[in-house]
Amino acid sequence: MSARFQKLLRPRDVSRRDVVVGAALVGGALVVGCSPADLMSAGSKVEPGAFGPFIQIDPDGAVTVLSKHIEFGQGNHTGLAAIVAEELDADWSRVKVVHAPANAKLYANGGMGIQLTGGSSAIANSWEQLRKAGAGARAMFVQAAATRWNVPAGQITVKDGVVGHASGKSAGFGELIAEAAKVTPPETPTLKDPKTFTLIGTDRVRRKDSQSKSDGTAVYTQDVRLPDMLVAVVAHAPRFGATVKSFNGDDAKKVAGVVEVYEIPTGIAVVADTTHAARMGREALKIEWDEGKAETRGSTAIAQHWRDIAAGKGPADLKWEAFESKGDAAAASAGKGAQVFETTYDFPYLAHATMEPMNCVAIVDGMKVKLIHGSQAQTLDQMNAAKIVKTLPGSVEIETLFAGGSFGRRALFQSDYVAECVHIAQKVGGGRPVKLVWTREDDMRAGFFRPLVHHAVRVTLDKDGYPATWRHRIVTQSIMKGSPMPSKGPDQTAIEGTAGSPYLKATPIVDAQLALPEGGVPVLWWRSVGATHTAFVMEHTIDQLALKAGKDPIAYRRALYAKAGPEAARHLAALNLAVEKAGPAPAEGFTRGVAVHESFGSVVAQVAEVRLVDGEPRVGRVVTAIDCGVAVAPDQVAAQVEGGTCYGLSAALYGEITLTDGRVDQSNFDTYRVLRMNEAPTVETHIVPSGNPPSGVGEPGTPVIAPAVANALLALSKTATSRLPFVRAEA
Amino acid sequence: MTSTLDINGRSVAVKAAPETPLLWVLRDELGLTGTKFGCGVAQCGACTVHVNGDPVRSCVTPIAALEGAKIATIESLGGQHPLQQAWVRHDVPQCGYCQSGQIMSAAALLAQTKSPSDEDIDNAMSGNICRCGTYQRIRAAIKDAAGLAAAPVVAAPAAAQGNGKPMASKDIDDDIAAASGSTGRGAGR
Repeated sequence: MSARFQKLLRPRDVSRRDVVVGAALVGGALVVGCSPADLMSAGSKVEPGAFGPFIQIDPDGAVTVLSKHIEFGQGNHTGLAAIVAEELDADWSRVKVVHAPANAKLYANGGMGIQLTGGSSAIANSWEQLRKAGAGARAMFVQAAATRWNVPAGQITVKDGVVGHASGKSAGFGELIAEAAKVTPPETPTLKDPKTFTLIGTDRVRRKDSQSKSDGTAVYTQDVRLPDMLVAVVAHAPRFGATVKSFNGDDAKKVAGVVEVYEIPTGIAVVADTTHAARMGREALKIEWDEGKAETRGSTAIAQHWRDIAAGKGPADLKWEAFESKGDAAAASAGKGAQVFETTYDFPYLAHATMEPMNCVAIVDGMKVKLIHGSQAQTLDQMNAAKIVKTLPGSVEIETLFAGGSFGRRALFQSDYVAECVHIAQKVGGGRPVKLVWTREDDMRAGFFRPLVHHAVRVTLDKDGYPATWRHRIVTQSIMKGSPMPSKGPDQTAIEGTAGSPYLKATPIVDAQLALPEGGVPVLWWRSVGATHTAFVMEHTIDQLALKAGKDPIAYRRALYAKAGPEAARHLAALNLAVEKAGPAPAEGFTRGVAVHESFGSVVAQVAEVRLVDGEPRVGRVVTAIDCGVAVAPDQVAAQVEGGTCYGLSAALYGEITLTDGRVDQSNFDTYRVLRMNEAPTVETHIVPSGNPPSGVGEPGTPVIAPAVANALLALSKTATSRLPFVRAEA
Repeated sequence: MTSTLDINGRSVAVKAAPETPLLWVLRDELGLTGTKFGCGVAQCGACTVHVNGDPVRSCVTPIAALEGAKIATIESLGGQHPLQQAWVRHDVPQCGYCQSGQIMSAAALLAQTKSPSDEDIDNAMSGNICRCGTYQRIRAAIKDAAGLAAAPVVAAPAAAQGNGKPMASKDIDDDIAAASGSTGRGAGR
C-alpha cells in the first residue's frame, strides 16, 4: 500500500463525501455527527485494560502485548513486542504477543484511520505509540512500588520485570499488579534515552512464533475446527464479471457429506461436513453463467491496448494525468539522433499466490457476526460484513489468526472472500460456524492481481552523457479507482517510484504522465505495489543510459545522486555500503548488476551476482544495504530482505498470469512457476546506521532484485530486458 | 466403512472413504492440522508426511494406498527434534505455513543422508515451496541440525553488543544509529 494511500485515509483528510460513503457501507445505518472512527467502531464491546489497549499483565508477571497488526510472516509481532518490552523494562523471555481484537478507535493504523496492516507501516506506525504505552505502564508500577515502600518514585528501578529499590526491596510486576492498575498513567510518560536501550536493535530480539511454526501447533484459518462446523467451497464464474444465470445442485446434494447448496452473489456455494465432501459436491454442480458483462479479452489484447495508448493511439476520451513535470514539456519529445534513448517495458499480471489459499470462518446468528481468520484489514472486513447482515460494524467481532502469507492479498476494500463466507454463514444461519475454503485453483483464478503495466520512456542525454530531458508514460489499471477512497490526483499506487525518483530530480526537463484505462480484471496491491514496476523501469533505464554514455553504472548513479541533491543522500549511502560490502569482484562465472530503490521510506541497494544456467538467469550472491531508520529487530530486517528478494526474484524470473478470452490460464504451481530452493540466492544484509525513526521493511526488499538481475544480464550480453518475466513459457 | 491406519505409532480407525486423500483425513477427521493444504496436486510440499520413512505428498495419496504403512506427521517429531531446534535457532519461519512440510522433507533427508551436500539439500527440498522465501535459512538450519557448517546464526553487530554501556557521542541520533546496528548478516547462510 502506498504512502499516499495512508495519507488519503488519514482522519483529517476524510471528507464529508467519504463519511457518507462510509455510512453507506454501514448498511444504511447513517450516523450523523460522529467521527469516522466512532462510525466504524459503533457497536463494539472491546475495552482497553488497566494498562491500556496494548498491554496486559498477568498475576504471575508475564506480559502480553496486543498487536493491532496481523502477523503473516513479516516478524512485526516480534518488533512490536520489543518496543513495549524495552520501555516497560519487562523480562523479554516472559513477553508474548497476541492479535488485538477489532476496533477502529483503539487499534487504527495511525496513518490510515482504520485497523489495517499494510504499507510496511507496522513498526513505523507503532514506534511512538508503543514506546509511550510501555513507558506509561512502567510508570504505573514505579508509582505503585513507591507508594507501597514509602520511598520517592525517583529511587525506584525496573529491570527484567522486577521493580526494586536500593534498600533491597523488590517485587515482580505480578506482585504489584493490583496497586499498579489503580495508578493514573502519566499523560506524557518519559521515554528512554535511546543510548540506554538494551533490547531494541540487538539480536536478542528474536521471533516469538518460531517454535509454534516449527512444530505444527501454530493455528491458521485453515486449521480452525469448531463443534458443528461446516465447510464451504464456491464455484466461481470462469470469467471476471460473469454471474449465475441458472444452476442445478441436485447431483451435488447427493454426494455423501454435502449438506446444502446455495446461490450467493459470487457464485454457487456447496456446504458440507468435510472439505473433501464439499469439493466433491462442487464437481457435481451444473451451472450456466451469464457472461453479458464479463471481461472477454485476453491479456495479450489488453497489453496491446495499453501499448497503443502509450503510443498516442488510445481512445480520445482517455485522460492523461501529469505527475512529474518541469521545464518545457515539448523539449522532452524533441531532439533526435545519437543522444536519444527510447524504450518501452511490459509487466504482466501477478498472483500473490500465498502458501495458504484464501479462507475464512464466519458465524452469523441474526445480526451477530463473528469472523475468525487472518484479517489484514479488520475495519474493512467489519464494514463489509455489517453491510451484508445489516448491523453495526463494531458489532462484528473478529478473532485475527496468523495467516499463511498475504503480500497484500488479504487487504481489500471489498473483503472479497470474507464477504463470500459471511453470505454463506448467513444462509446457514443459527450461529453455525462455516469455514470457507478456497482451493489453490480458486485462489489463483480469483483475480485481484498486480495490474498489467506498460511504461514508455524517452530520454535525451546532455553532452556529458547525463539525462537532459526525460519523457515518461505509464499505462495501467488503477488500483484505487472505484474504491471507497478514490485518489485525489494521479493514483499514487501506479506511479510511486517513478514519481519522486532521484533521477528525475537530476534531470532538468521532465514530462511524466499517467493513463488509467478501465479493465475488467480485478487488480490489487502486491508486495511493494508501484515499485514492482517503477523500480525496474528506473533502475534498468539508468544502466542502459550509462551504457549509452559509456560510463560505469555505479559511477553514473553517484553522479546523478549528486545532481539530485540532499534528498538522494540516503540512496548514495546505501549504494556505497552495498558496493563496499560486495567487494571487488563477483564469484567466478558470475556477472554483477546493481540497483537502488526507495519505497515505504526505506532505501535498498543491491549488488546481484548472476549467471546463465540452461539459458535461465540464476542468482548467486546478493549483497544488500538497507536504510530503514532504526532497526528494532535487526535479524528480522535481514529476514525480510532475504524473503523480499526471493519474492521479487520469483516474479521477475517466472511470474505471469495470462488470460485467454478472459479466462485465467494458470491454475496451480505447475503453471504458475515460483522460486524454489535450488534457485534461491544467498542474500547478505547490511543495515545502514540511522537515527531516523523506523521506516518500512516488509516490502522494500522486493522490487530491487529484478532490475539488478536485468542490469547484470545487460552487462553480460549487452541485451536489455523490456518485458518481464525473464523466463517465459513461449520464449 | 472404516479403514485402519498406522499414524504416529498408533493404530487409528478412520471413517473416510478409501479414495479420500490422506491430507483431509489427517486434518478434518483426526484433527492433525500441523500438516497443511497448499495446492492439492503435489506441487508445493506443504502436506508432506512420511510413509515408511519416505517423504510423501499427502494431498494426492488416497488412504486406500496406505494399509499397513507407517505414517508419520509433523506432530510425531515432538517439537524438540534437532531440526525443529535448528529451525528455532535460525528463526527460519516467516508466515510459517509451509514449514511443517519443509521440516518433514528435511527430516527424511537427514534420516537417509547424515551429512547432506548443498546438492543433496537442493534435491530433497526443491519440492517444497516457501513463498516467504526462507530458503537460505532452511538450508542453514538443515546443515546446523546435521552438525555441519558452524556458520554463526547471526553476525551480531559490534555496535549492538555495546548496548547498555554509555556511549561517547552526544548526538542522540548517533546513539540510536549505533543501537540499531549496522553490520551484516546472512553471509553464512
